[in-house]
Amino acid sequence: MTIGDVLIIGGGLHGCSAALHLARRGLKPVILERDWPGRHASGVNAGGVRTLLRDPAEIPLALAARRMWHAIGELVDDDCGYKTVGQVAIAENDAEYDRLKARAGTVRQLGFDHEELIDRAALRSMVPSLARHCVGGLAVREDGFASPYHTSLAFRRKALALGARLFEGAEAERIDRVGENWRIEAGARTFEAPVLVNAAGAWAGEWAARLGDTVSFRHILPMMMVSERVPPLVEPVVIASGRPLSLKQMPNGTVIMGGGYLGFGDLRTGRNRTDFNGLQKSAATVAELFPALRGARIVRSWAGFEGRMADDIPVIGPSAAAPDAFHAFGFSGHGFQLAPIVGRILADLIATGETDLPIRPFSANRFAA
Amino acid sequence: MTAFRHDVAVVGAGPAGMAAATAAAELGLDTVLFDEQPAPGGQIYRNVEANRDAGSGLAGLLGDDYGRGRRLAEAFRAGSATYAPGTSVWEIEPDGTVGTLHDGRAALVRARRIVIAAGAMERPVPIAGWTLPGVMTAGAAQTLLKSADAIPDGPVVLAGSGPLHYLVAWQLVSAGAEVCAILDTTPRANTRAALAQLPGALGQLAQIRKGRRWIAGIRAAGVRFVRHVSALAAVGTERLAAVDYEADGRKERIETPLLLLHQGVVPNNQLADSIDCARRWDDVQACWHTQADAWGATSVDTVAVAGDCAGIGGALAAEHRGRLAGIDAAARLGKIDAGTRDRLSREPLAALRRLAGLRRFLDTLYAPAATFLSPRDEVVVCRCEGVTAGDLREVAAHGCMGPNQAKAFTRAGMGPCQGRMCGLTVANVIAGARGRPVADIGAFRVRPPLKPLTVGQLADLEGVGRDIASLDAMPTRPGDGAGDGAGETA
Amino acid sequence: MFRKRRDADRQRVRIVFDGRTIEAEAGATVAAALLCNGVVAFRDPVVSGTSRGPHCMIGACFECLVEIDGTPGQQACLVPVREGMSIGRQAPLPAVAP
Repeated sequence: MTIGDVLIIGGGLHGCSAALHLARRGLKPVILERDWPGRHASGVNAGGVRTLLRDPAEIPLALAARRMWHAIGELVDDDCGYKTVGQVAIAENDAEYDRLKARAGTVRQLGFDHEELIDRAALRSMVPSLARHCVGGLAVREDGFASPYHTSLAFRRKALALGARLFEGAEAERIDRVGENWRIEAGARTFEAPVLVNAAGAWAGEWAARLGDTVSFRHILPMMMVSERVPPLVEPVVIASGRPLSLKQMPNGTVIMGGGYLGFGDLRTGRNRTDFNGLQKSAATVAELFPALRGARIVRSWAGFEGRMADDIPVIGPSAAAPDAFHAFGFSGHGFQLAPIVGRILADLIATGETDLPIRPFSANRFAA
Repeated sequence: MTAFRHDVAVVGAGPAGMAAATAAAELGLDTVLFDEQPAPGGQIYRNVEANRDAGSGLAGLLGDDYGRGRRLAEAFRAGSATYAPGTSVWEIEPDGTVGTLHDGRAALVRARRIVIAAGAMERPVPIAGWTLPGVMTAGAAQTLLKSADAIPDGPVVLAGSGPLHYLVAWQLVSAGAEVCAILDTTPRANTRAALAQLPGALGQLAQIRKGRRWIAGIRAAGVRFVRHVSALAAVGTERLAAVDYEADGRKERIETPLLLLHQGVVPNNQLADSIDCARRWDDVQACWHTQADAWGATSVDTVAVAGDCAGIGGALAAEHRGRLAGIDAAARLGKIDAGTRDRLSREPLAALRRLAGLRRFLDTLYAPAATFLSPRDEVVVCRCEGVTAGDLREVAAHGCMGPNQAKAFTRAGMGPCQGRMCGLTVANVIAGARGRPVADIGAFRVRPPLKPLTVGQLADLEGVGRDIASLDAMPTRPGDGAGDGAGETA
Repeated sequence: MFRKRRDADRQRVRIVFDGRTIEAEAGATVAAALLCNGVVAFRDPVVSGTSRGPHCMIGACFECLVEIDGTPGQQACLVPVREGMSIGRQAPLPAVAP
């Protein structure tokens, strides 16, 4: 039997971030990971560190996370491949530009000033290789990207260095409340702790249901593809506002294209496939928006398991049904940037019962009719 | 979803692919064969239709076995299978979809059954300096002989082990190339181990004698033949200048602009791996084999493998394995009944049994020395990204568990060759560093496109038939009937 | 590096490599044509180290990448020569113009 202060289901970025922050507070977290940390969404996502175009409910968390990203080395002793290159959502026509303009107004009214509406000329100077038809955009110059797998490893390494324990290949099979403790059986091993954290990513919906929470959740497999190394072409992360696309060029010259279409996967086996019916659409969008990339060779495509909520914002906070159980899941394709702050929020909640960030919109019981 | 356009799609026009397509077409199936080369033959029978002119002497040099390929190609051409040369296959799917690239145009086509006959490639031979221009494989030299009637224009050294090593050496010597030396790296211990397998191979003595004849031919020509060579290294600054090695406890150097390496062949199993066909590690051949039944049927029920791509059996076996896959396709698609399938299969199955003993003997005798599987720290393993064995051992020490994590740690396997040249070595090096069998360490997950495709080619992809969900457009309300459709395996 | 074993009576074509016109046998691959004309190093290294040249000749190693008629990243060992074809040594980061 392994005993700790907190059992964390899921060794992805969010599980490791929670473990890191719990360990900083002197607690003893134990992480159970069915595969290995970073095997799924945490390690294979697009790596966008984006406050741009966040759901209003997420903005305070995203801005708090951004401060942590800008000093990520202080948190995990590793730069995580993070670069502040900016992010820009582009408008391809006046209607899209009007929507971005309205969005900018909404965000300002909420009291935030991180998003900047830019005109055609400013967009041109920010992304000279972009197709001429684009009329403007909405930008956050303090956003950027990081290397997802390196980030997952860095959080894992730091959590373990601070005293967290991690069990890989430990697929939790059975969960029981035994006295004041949660008991989990995974294969031949048994784990016990008074507090439980559900950070099980694409598998988190099942765990929420087992704890008695009714959430509107499904798993999805966002697809991505990467080119060979090409000369410097795009500095900021570019997202389309009227159709699915996210594109960035890594420091080594490869271009990562995604943000749009979904692949196939089997939750039970963890295997997944990309679908070229969708990747063709992504490629067509890239070819139209970045004519210079038409000749770039795609060397690989992939998809990663991810959890998605019906309202596209995560569940963060205590279970509505079970005692001493907390959730952090359902990030709906944009949880990477939030990981540093969400781990801290969970640690705050577990250690003190409260947090200074507004998490009410992310409650587990919001789907109850 | 793309409509079915063919009953069977065969990938590869080597002996297995030609035999599979010929048999399938003969039994009434609408068959298409995609092949990257401009003419049928695969690597073993490359350019077999053009090299028929006995007067050039090339046909003689290539031997009687090569003539067998000519008859296969003739039968294939005479049959009704559609032949698509110059066509790369960059992905396949379990639903029978095949992604092709021909003349710069990409398309998706669909068949009820896919037969993968992608053949073999030479086992990459990671030694110090092997990325220098002037270091090639023995097979590369043979390809130049077969396809261009070209031989090395100056001194050449061959270093390695295995039937193709001796055959190419003999062919180059016979063709008049200036062969300085044949360096034989076969470990001493292999001979004793192989002797135990000899009884099983006695039925194929003619094949064994052939190898002895090549070696005798090389020696008779007065070419230096050095046995039990170790510590092989290619030396040079801008290009190859010399080969270093050790033999009989002495360090030696031979100056040469061209070094040909060979350590046997390994399956080209990227296509089967890409759709998660079950595989197993073969300790004797030190490579992965796609698991298949006697007819080549894999764990993916629409897909069969035939020939060396599923496990090395050689050209003769490949032909029988291809024929079996073609017969089985006809049975599965209702053109023949089970009894007919079994009757037609009897002869190729018997032929395969006869060949199996010889294969075990050859595999044991020419098993690569350990250093070629897991080289020293300073040796480049991933040629595309310049990752060394030492880099891999270092990340293994920091918790990297297998090849897929090694990709993210080091970029090994992430260059244009997509891990073809380093996959086996990466797995071996990490297995060694972690003290675990390779079978437990696993292999690179293979991700399409298996051949690079440009953004423009993909944007203009023809045959796209399925409208698929996007993150933005997908309905997410509970109970809306969309269910987990997008999340289930296709 | 390589030479024709004997002069066949096949048709010959002219191709240009880095500005130099060379003759090749029709039907030969670009890699075979270059190797038979003394070209060994086909491209600059992407990451580090020395230039690269053909290694496997069967399309597996991707070392023989060249620029053909303005399109970079072509596998010289798979592409047959054509009259007038213009072939360039590939830079470490090939341009990606269409």
